Amino acid sequence: MDFARLVLVIAAKDLRAEIRTKEAINASAAFALVILLLFSFAFDLDPDTNREIASGLLWLVFAFAGTLLLNRSFARELPNDCLDALVAAPVPPSALFLGKALANYVLLLVIEMLSLVVFGIFYNVRWTAQFGELMVVLALGTWALTIMGTIFSALTVNIRLREVMLPILIYPFLVPALMAAIQLTLEFMAGRPVSIGSEKGGWWLMLIGFDVIYTAVTVVLVEHVLVG
Amino acid sequence: MFWWGDKTMRDKILYFLGAAAVLLIARNIYVISGLPGEEAQGAIFKIIFFHVPLAITALTCGTVACVASILYLVKKEMKYDALAVSVTEVGLAFLAGNLITGSIWARIIWGVWWAWDVRLTSALVCWILYASYLMIRHAVEEPTQRAKLAAVVSIFAFIDVPIVILSIRLFRTQHPGPVFFSSTGSFPHDWSMIMMWNLFAMLMLGTVMTMIRLRQEEVQREIDSLRRLAHAF
Repeated sequence: MDFARLVLVIAAKDLRAEIRTKEAINASAAFALVILLLFSFAFDLDPDTNREIASGLLWLVFAFAGTLLLNRSFARELPNDCLDALVAAPVPPSALFLGKALANYVLLLVIEMLSLVVFGIFYNVRWTAQFGELMVVLALGTWALTIMGTIFSALTVNIRLREVMLPILIYPFLVPALMAAIQLTLEFMAGRPVSIGSEKGGWWLMLIGFDVIYTAVTVVLVEHVLVG
Repeated sequence: MFWWGDKTMRDKILYFLGAAAVLLIARNIYVISGLPGEEAQGAIFKIIFFHVPLAITALTCGTVACVASILYLVKKEMKYDALAVSVTEVGLAFLAGNLITGSIWARIIWGVWWAWDVRLTSALVCWILYASYLMIRHAVEEPTQRAKLAAVVSIFAFIDVPIVILSIRLFRTQHPGPVFFSSTGSFPHDWSMIMMWNLFAMLMLGTVMTMIRLRQEEVQREIDSLRRLAHAF
């Protein structure tokens, strides 16, 4: 089988397992809702502040709910030694990794769309002003979250304090990507277009660059992480 | 000097370098304290003679750690892992020194201990990145697995540093611009020389500390293997 098909097989396997058990996605969606509720107490809510803090808030919700989801990605393979079987299977580690990342990506996007709708209703923020651009930012930012989350999920799968280590590791690494996503989302929610040549356009390059660099580096290094 | 005879060549070099570094720092402190205060900032300005060398030494440590980590992944020899962890710990200490001296300066000149400015934030993120490297090491028991995972994290961290700096530069800045090696700087030449001497002293100190830490790692590994041997019987 060629590489792309292997990636899709792994992704389909993970998605099927998740749809049958729904353990990670339920926990993650519920957690996103709870954080959205808590944030309503943390800030004084009037329409103007809402618009200003909306994007930062949203991306924090995505990042928090994301770690919950990503933590399960490799940990789910531990019972019955499934991870050993996967590594031993005739699938290159990079395909295994990308397949898992793809499944996480789809799940995380679902959670994010859900939070976005709930957020729009609860906080009375219109986020559809520049729907297309917002979706592109969401796609790029979520890929950054997924690729880092999946590689660190693989890294921490066999160690003590796994649940604690993942958030500690990924948030500092994600600082540039989260900043770019927050800045761009802020502009789009306010209905201001951002072109690459403009003053805020650097954030586009930052987000795309982060995705490209880390996708390349993780694909190269994942063999050491999984096989050694 | 009966104890001197049992020392290996490497130990002798270590003692010599350590003594030289301490002497050099003492000499630099003496010279710097004799300088006049800067026009606008007064005596607090002199903190820069430590602040900048500490940052450069920390950066050097990060680079060495990345190279050692790559070498470990390629050659799978534990000595590279030992070097990576030693140099990261030392670099973290130097970066902490850089953050603390910067904070003291900021309290007096800016009036606040901390501002979320580009370099401060980058330095802090950098510190947290390498601190998480040490945390992951503590979480893994098995030496080869620990070395492997830590090496990957170290490489990731090294790649992240320039991206973080770039991203926060896009965001905001209020840190004073560079005064050395730049055409806009107005640093007198002999002051630059003092700075260079202090940088040299800090690098030497960093090297000595890394060598000491490296020896601890080696002894630790020897103890571990002896323990395994003892359990085997």
